[in-house]
Amino acid sequence: MKVPLSWLRGYVDINIDVDELAHRLTMAGNEVDSIERFRHIDNVVVGEVLNVAPHPNADRLTLVHVDDGEGVHEVVCGAPNVAKGQKIAYASIGAELFDAYSEEPGKTRRLRRSKIRGVESSGMVCSEKELGIGENHDGILVLPENAAIGTPIGDVIGDAVLDIELTPNRPDCLGVVGVARDVAALTGETLRMPSLDYPTTGPNVDTLATVTVADGDLSPRYVGAVIRRVQVGPSPRWLQERLQAIGERPINNVVDATNFVMFELGQPLHAFDYDKVTDHHVIVRRAVEGEVLTTLDGVDRKLDSESLLIADPDGGIGLAGIMGGENSEITESTVNIFLESANFNPQNNRRTAGLLGMRSEATLRFEKGLRAGLAEVGIKRCLRIIQEVAGGEIAPGLIDEWPGKGSEQEYVDLTNDHIVRVMGVEYPVQQIETTLKSLGFEIEPLPDGGPDGWRVTIPYWRPDIAIPEDLVEELARIIGYDDLPATGVAGRVPRWEPGATHVFRRRVVDALTAYGMRQTFTYAAVSDELEDKAPPPARRSSFDGVSEGVKLENPVSGHHATLRRSLRAPTLESAARNTRTWRGPVALFETGLVFASDTNPNALLPQQNEQLTGVLTGPRGDSLWDRGDNDFDFYDAKGAIEQVLESLGIGARFIPLEDTTYAQGKAAEVVTADRKGTPIGTVGIVDTAVWERFEAESPGAVMFELDMEALREIVGDKTRADSYTAYPRYPGSQRDLALVADSGVRVGDALQICQQNRLVKSASVFDLYEGGGVDEGQKSIGIRVMYQSDTRTLTSNQVARAEEQIVRRLEHELGVSLRS
Amino acid sequence: MPEASPASTQELERTALDSLAAAKSESEIEEWRIEYLGRRGVLSTRLRSIGTLPPEARREAGADLNRLKNRLGNAFDEAAQHISESKLDFAPADAIDITLPGRRSNLGGLHPSEMMMREILDVFNDMGFQTVEGPIVELEKYNFDMLNVPADHPARDLQDTLWIDRNSDERVLLRTQTSPMQIRTMEKQEPPVRIVSPGLCFRHEATDATHEWQFHQIEGLAVDEGVTMSDLKGTLYEFARRIFGTQRKIRFRCDYFPFVEPGVDVSVDWDGRWVEIMGAGMVHPKVLEGVGYDPAKYTGFAFGMGPERIAMLRYNIEDIRHFFSNDLRFLSQF
Repeated sequence: MKVPLSWLRGYVDINIDVDELAHRLTMAGNEVDSIERFRHIDNVVVGEVLNVAPHPNADRLTLVHVDDGEGVHEVVCGAPNVAKGQKIAYASIGAELFDAYSEEPGKTRRLRRSKIRGVESSGMVCSEKELGIGENHDGILVLPENAAIGTPIGDVIGDAVLDIELTPNRPDCLGVVGVARDVAALTGETLRMPSLDYPTTGPNVDTLATVTVADGDLSPRYVGAVIRRVQVGPSPRWLQERLQAIGERPINNVVDATNFVMFELGQPLHAFDYDKVTDHHVIVRRAVEGEVLTTLDGVDRKLDSESLLIADPDGGIGLAGIMGGENSEITESTVNIFLESANFNPQNNRRTAGLLGMRSEATLRFEKGLRAGLAEVGIKRCLRIIQEVAGGEIAPGLIDEWPGKGSEQEYVDLTNDHIVRVMGVEYPVQQIETTLKSLGFEIEPLPDGGPDGWRVTIPYWRPDIAIPEDLVEELARIIGYDDLPATGVAGRVPRWEPGATHVFRRRVVDALTAYGMRQTFTYAAVSDELEDKAPPPARRSSFDGVSEGVKLENPVSGHHATLRRSLRAPTLESAARNTRTWRGPVALFETGLVFASDTNPNALLPQQNEQLTGVLTGPRGDSLWDRGDNDFDFYDAKGAIEQVLESLGIGARFIPLEDTTYAQGKAAEVVTADRKGTPIGTVGIVDTAVWERFEAESPGAVMFELDMEALREIVGDKTRADSYTAYPRYPGSQRDLALVADSGVRVGDALQICQQNRLVKSASVFDLYEGGGVDEGQKSIGIRVMYQSDTRTLTSNQVARAEEQIVRRLEHELGVSLRS
Repeated sequence: MPEASPASTQELERTALDSLAAAKSESEIEEWRIEYLGRRGVLSTRLRSIGTLPPEARREAGADLNRLKNRLGNAFDEAAQHISESKLDFAPADAIDITLPGRRSNLGGLHPSEMMMREILDVFNDMGFQTVEGPIVELEKYNFDMLNVPADHPARDLQDTLWIDRNSDERVLLRTQTSPMQIRTMEKQEPPVRIVSPGLCFRHEATDATHEWQFHQIEGLAVDEGVTMSDLKGTLYEFARRIFGTQRKIRFRCDYFPFVEPGVDVSVDWDGRWVEIMGAGMVHPKVLEGVGYDPAKYTGFAFGMGPERIAMLRYNIEDIRHFFSNDLRFLSQF
């Protein structure tokens, strides 16, 4: 909402500077987004008239001494109203002023040094017209007494437009008077309501027009009036300027008057050509499905049966509260006017406007829900303005159809206790009453005579006031929050609820960052094209029905049209993009929700499950001087998983996996080590063709996935160990096995055989070798085995026997033999 | 005590430098330093004795001695450095190269949004607010209706919504705020309620340096008997002190959010200007009624903030789009 200061001053005195005013409005909820200062006039400042002396050579002229803060200047003046002590607008030589005598509007001239009837005038005392802020040139403009000498005139006469970002609850401030009311309350000034009086002539309005409200639910109040014999033409300059200052285009005096009142009081109005309304009978009704109305802008609007129409017996003449019809438009030849000021249902108005894509200034107000009382105030004000700018005879009386009468809340009871309950602080009664009154609220004691309480009448301009809390906010925003004490929440501490998802997530995320990986966040919605580069796995443990993606109705772009079904493609894309700009290791992971339509048709929401995906690509570390430049491989991804699982206290098995995102024979499904073998993830080398789709600059990548839902269920609230077990007190004995095996033998199987022996505490692979010294098609494996008992010290015989058993099993089951 | 016949400064300098040149070890040059430059050393003694000279000679002598003190000081530094370097040359044959970079694992790290969220959540957790999480794809009633934003309400314009394409009576959307968790929590439990709820939110917005269509939000809610606006101020003040520094102040200004009344916008003082960091207010009685709480008995406050915006302020990040770019040149700085 644009609010010119000059317009605002019509209703309230402003004796603080613009920035301070903007600040106070902002703090009180009317955020001033910007201040547009316009028509700044160079070389014109506030001056004080020190004395007035007669001009030696002219009776009508005077010699005026003006102090402009820099010096005293003698100025020849022709104005009858100049007087000693006045604050005036002093223009020094060089100022560009409007030419008060030119026929051409807006013509300016530069003030030059000149002699007037033989006396040199150093400057000029200006009139409204010369400053371009009004039509008055009968005398000089007298400024408020407290205007500071030397202040640029633009700061004093209101050459500024406040652009206020209004909140949806304050339609009253969609009128300048509403803003003025806040200004008055915030500065201690008094609001001057514009006049609603006008003379009437001729027959009563009842005899000139009829209104039938057929659908009172959508039109709770409809007020109409008739003005005859108007002169339609351009508006006077003041009215045009008012509208231009807020970016509105003047049309003609009648339409301009309705717009002016809408921007002044917030009530939208519409003027119909009275003679084009059949039978002078206005009918407010729902449109018939498919009924067509040609609106003012020449567009044919096809309406549905919920659209509210203003009609005459022949059909539509206007779209209620949105736009008038072309057939009843005010034109140069209009003589008589039917003026409408109504109250329409906000939801219906917003719905219809949205459906037709017609968010007009009228809708902007109606959709917020105006009070019915405003319609009457608005039409009276508008009649007065129309008569002032277009002449005409106003028929006595108003047509007032008010089916919703009595349905509006009239008052709110507010108690001091309630204020304390909400704010935590007590305001003095005097301050409460003064503040409410300053905002125009009428207050009286509560009918039951309770001590600290008020019955507050809801004024016609405040549809947002309905409950005591609304009034508490009124107090707080005007009094300000700066002095509100800062206290802590006292009272009961809520009971802790178990099962928090974030606690589990922290454990997993922290294990991965400790492993050297970086956390990422990608967008939750992706394109099908991206997702197809690395399709989600066919089978998922925590949900089924992955095939159906969840689509957005109105995505921000095609790149984000479907909710992601897995984190694969997004994470691979992030990793690939980094290979083009980052020389070091790229080890990224994301944990987040993935989405799929629920296969249960009764489910209201799609399935939303948390998944984790990690991708490692590029060099394993920043150039290591002794380990060479190795790239990440399968075992880095597997190590990441193993480390996470170990930190959670979960044992896992890795079983071969067929999955198109991974290279064949180079991927595993991760399942729990228990007999159930619950799937908890995947790991593998990304298929070369898949990786190439992401245009990475590294030759390959490895990836892993963890099913966070499944893991969380397994882990529950458990920590890594269920309980402490006493560590063995008897010494162990460590022996190495040097084995030779066929290349195809899986080391894990050999390791498992070792671990299964009951005297073995642990077994690990310490060497793996293929090549020179080992026969073609074979490999050598070194396994370090720790033998230890919890109950006794093992003898060398016992260890030797155990080793023998292991070697036999290795030979028998895997064909692995001791290296000779 | 002044010497009977003090050597000239030139003489003194020569003697001193000669004996410094003779010092070969750290302990020897340290002895030299104490002898000449120590608190009771030759130079200090001489400087103290200046008072015994005729007044006209004092200034000249003092300046002379001070210049010498500087020269000897420099000479000592040079000698000390020379000795520590020569230690390297005389190192044993099996000494290791301690300048070679160490063997380290890669430094992983949290995403800055997560880092910021953890820090913020920790503050509120410490004040008894429990962290809860909820769905991203949400029912319209939780995101809007039950938060006092009915259909066809102009307040819906405040948040442009991304809707899920779906054939059903109940409309589904990507949540525009974390506030639905207020409702979900209150529906499940009786007061007292004290929660914080982090998570992703979405708006149908054109993206630029200060706007993203996807972002994180942290919601807070406290409901019980006797919870007031002053408590909200105290809670957020404590938050500001911990996140922005103990000297920070906060400021409330009136603002409108349909699910609170009164509603405020909270700013923190940042290098002399007030920066808006969150919306807050007293839970609207209609919201309490909607979940079956008695508004005559209970009051509550709620607040919502964007961790990315706070991180931007704190780390001087100029463009919000960095957060979802996942560029290591950005991520690796945190």
